[in-house]
Amino acid sequence: MQSLGISVLFKGMNMQRLFDGLLVTAKIAFISIVIGSFLGIVLGVIWTSKSKWIRSVCRIYLEVFRIIPILVWLFIMYFGVTTALNLHVSGEITSIIVFTLWGAAEMGDIVRGALESLPKHQIESGKAIGLSFWGLYRYILIPQAIRRMLPGAINLATRMVKTTSLVVLIGVIDVIKVGQQIIEFSRLEVPTASFWVYGFVFILYFIICYPLSMLAKRLENKWNG
Amino acid sequence: MNLNWQFIMDSLPLYREAGWTTLKLGFLGILISLIIGFVCSIVLYFKVKVLKSIVQVYIELSRNTPLLIQLFFLYFGLTKLGIALSENACAIIGLSFLGGSYMAEAYRSGLEAISKTQIESGLSIGLNKAQLVRYVIFPQAFSVSMPSLGANCIFLLKETSIVGAISVVDLMNITKDLIGMYYQTFEALFMLVAVYVVIILPLSLLLTWLERKVRYAEFGN
Repeated sequence: MQSLGISVLFKGMNMQRLFDGLLVTAKIAFISIVIGSFLGIVLGVIWTSKSKWIRSVCRIYLEVFRIIPILVWLFIMYFGVTTALNLHVSGEITSIIVFTLWGAAEMGDIVRGALESLPKHQIESGKAIGLSFWGLYRYILIPQAIRRMLPGAINLATRMVKTTSLVVLIGVIDVIKVGQQIIEFSRLEVPTASFWVYGFVFILYFIICYPLSMLAKRLENKWNG
Repeated sequence: MNLNWQFIMDSLPLYREAGWTTLKLGFLGILISLIIGFVCSIVLYFKVKVLKSIVQVYIELSRNTPLLIQLFFLYFGLTKLGIALSENACAIIGLSFLGGSYMAEAYRSGLEAISKTQIESGLSIGLNKAQLVRYVIFPQAFSVSMPSLGANCIFLLKETSIVGAISVVDLMNITKDLIGMYYQTFEALFMLVAVYVVIILPLSLLLTWLERKVRYAEFGN
């Protein structure tokens, strides 16, 4: 007798294994978001510089990530750079590097946009009362800019979480790979396994991303409205 | 790093064909997304009963899940329930499913940006509803949503890089094959990047230009 398809999710250690896979995905996303945001803030501050050269270098850095798909970057890092430098780097490290660099570029753009949207008199007043460069950023610009950039930053985080699904294509054992293993293993007993497993992973991603995008939307309405 | 130019020349036809596949899938996906998005945003704007909640659920589902999973579900999951689709059909459906919600949001931001006074002024000078939509609402909404529509087009075109995972013979797929079969890693990656730049850079420049062109319709310019 054929068992009910959905039971494949609960058989043996399957559920446990799927969550272990999810943890790998989450770890990659978390590390890249944290480091990427930090680098992005630094980049964003540099980007507001008056020098044309610095601005164009930042711009080119961002455009390079905007024009070439992230999956291509993963390939370049995983196959190209490792071969060129004769290194062996795991898929996990590769994806963390790519996502961090990409996150920094996008975050830099968000921070730049937020800083430049602040009225000029804020900077001038700050300078007029004798604040140093750091004081100006620490007490005047950053607190105001955070409000303007937070919705965008959260949306970026959601995008990065969604993009971590690509790591399976460079051989990382993430939640999708575990799902594929389960499907392979139960091919004969549960022919509909792929429907249930992929459906389950679909819902998992939704459960992670939906609250984040709701939060971004609410903050946007609250602060801009 | 010395590139093997002979190999690059030999693989050129492969990349050309795969590039066309990417363009075709991307073009169809974008076109259908634009239509789905337009319909969804109209439903949301006029607050059509029942349909409105369906559209909202669709938008949230499609925006908060990765394309790769959507494709796997379509391609491997649904076949098990007896709905067998070719990989190209799956790719187009997946892209449209994802893109539709992004386009809907873009149109919506445009429609919401039109102030009430614009509509009231239009009515007060005696425009009927069709004229109001044609001469007042549409040009302004379009010019506001144009930048996000353009960004979505590029986003979708880039997302086509994922369809190789469901065995569509696209750029990623042949690159992986060439690396696996001939170990010509740099040549294959070089061609991959070159083709993407050739496809996306002109589009990106075109959209920037177009954006400036339609800006005239914005109120106050």
